[in-house]
Amino acid sequence: MELDVASVIAKNCRIMLEDKDGLILGQCLTAVGWVAGTVPNLPDHPGIIELSMADVAGGGIAVGAALNARKPVVYVIRYQGFLWYNAISIINYAAKSLELFRVPCPLLVRAIASEGFIGPVAGNSHHSLLLRMPGLNVIAPMTPKEWTEAWEFHFGSNLNPTVLSEHRSSYKITKDFNVYRSVEPQVTILGISAGRLSALAAAGQLTQEGINVDLFHLVWLSPLRFPEEYLNSLAKSKFGIIIDSDYESWGAVQALAFQIMELVPGVTIKVCGLDKKSAGFSKTTDNVTPNSDRIIAKIKNQLNLRGK
Amino acid sequence: MTRYKKFKDVEIEIYKKMSMIRKFEKRIISAYESGNVSTPVYLSIGQESIAATLATFFSNGIPIFAQHRAHSYFLAFNGDPSHLMQEITSSSTSWSQGSGGSASISSKEIQMFGHSGLMGDQVPIAIGYALVTSSPVLAVVGDASAEEDYVMSAIGYAVKRKLPVILICEDNNYSILTEKFVRREWKLDDVAKAYGAVSFDIEDKPQEIWNKLSDWNFKDVLVLNINTERHNWHAGIGQDATPTQDRLADLKLHLLKSGYEKDLLIIDSNIDLRLDQIWS
Repeated sequence: MELDVASVIAKNCRIMLEDKDGLILGQCLTAVGWVAGTVPNLPDHPGIIELSMADVAGGGIAVGAALNARKPVVYVIRYQGFLWYNAISIINYAAKSLELFRVPCPLLVRAIASEGFIGPVAGNSHHSLLLRMPGLNVIAPMTPKEWTEAWEFHFGSNLNPTVLSEHRSSYKITKDFNVYRSVEPQVTILGISAGRLSALAAAGQLTQEGINVDLFHLVWLSPLRFPEEYLNSLAKSKFGIIIDSDYESWGAVQALAFQIMELVPGVTIKVCGLDKKSAGFSKTTDNVTPNSDRIIAKIKNQLNLRGK
Repeated sequence: MTRYKKFKDVEIEIYKKMSMIRKFEKRIISAYESGNVSTPVYLSIGQESIAATLATFFSNGIPIFAQHRAHSYFLAFNGDPSHLMQEITSSSTSWSQGSGGSASISSKEIQMFGHSGLMGDQVPIAIGYALVTSSPVLAVVGDASAEEDYVMSAIGYAVKRKLPVILICEDNNYSILTEKFVRREWKLDDVAKAYGAVSFDIEDKPQEIWNKLSDWNFKDVLVLNINTERHNWHAGIGQDATPTQDRLADLKLHLLKSGYEKDLLIIDSNIDLRLDQIWS
């Protein structure tokens, strides 16, 4: 039976705890659900360390635990919005330690995004706030294979801290995502995090309607992995759209759009992410990842403008 | 933890370290005045007794998590002064080509971890380090950074986990030029006690510091708020007023009265000779 993402995370964490003397630090790790089943249910294991509810101090303690790479250390941030507090020492110390002090601090941060009826602080992805900082890997896996690759990369020869921008909507996923390739693409869709689920749905719908679509997935955000194939597609389609579960305004999508437009002459890049508003708890006030309808509308609008 | 049989030996060792710190920083002042140092410098002159006593007590070393004012810790714990000179003068041969400078001193040789510039973040980081090593760690803050909200919450967690952490607060009563009474009503030792730490508010006299260290059981979290007087500006070499106390002069007088004139002469001459070679 294929394991889903949550089970793959729990399995790798269990191996790290039991075979590699690793540590998992975080708040409420042993509470009901064991962080959506991603922390192995080992109530008495000394490597599962409950921190106090002091978010800023907790991030610093996790950094100190990983300093000098004495043990593999995973730090779980239950809601990605809490990165605003927890990231202080991760950005200012862990990410700079190797460059400034020649001391590695390879902390693995599992920052878990949630959305839908969860409010203005706990809700949404926030990986964009990290991407500008040097010395920090940021990866947004959504499938078991992607998550495993990220884990193996981090605990391989890497010496820098890594933030895994996880999304709870990925936890039941068992298979790789499809890629769409056309001979003459009219649009190149690039998806990030949970935006990839909406992007897939949109690509399927557009294809059924006879629109030629290329769809690719962006997982390794910093340092950015952007294969030549994506640039070639954009050079053909002359129109790309980037979908993300983080904020659209001043976020990863806009920064990436700028980089692409510098590399591919004549291309138009649209972006589609969270609205610039706080997420309320109710359906009418929430702020969630763009759905396929919104993506399709944006694509069709652009194609109509171009007369295709 | 300590190899000394009588306290006079301790005092001689403390004097040696204090004198090195004072003389080294006087060289920095000269270099600054002559334009050979152009980056910000954070001097410990006036506060030398704290690092010197700690280093004498932890003569086998201890992981050090200090902050921007840390020449004293580097030198007291036997960091190579020529390395520090190179870093402060932004030499291409220094350990970080001057990117750490005066404020972010790092040394694998003496287990001194660099500081990021975020005041007080060294405390939770030190505690995380102790969580993994289960060995004593030394964290140093000033009275201003002790107010950072994550400092005492981290101490509270160290108490909960029974981690062997010693937190030193070099309390000169000022955050740059803003006095404590303007900023808060609480005292650090009271708050530390409330969190369950063993804590004292003491003066920066070597004997007083030494006694509190000697009483430590290496199990509880120990927080020492040490009142001291920094002679120079927060950053830079200037002075606002004539210092009202000088622990180095006090210790020297005490040792001279005890008949150690020749020992002090040799100590100071050797330091001068070494610094002449380094700063030439």
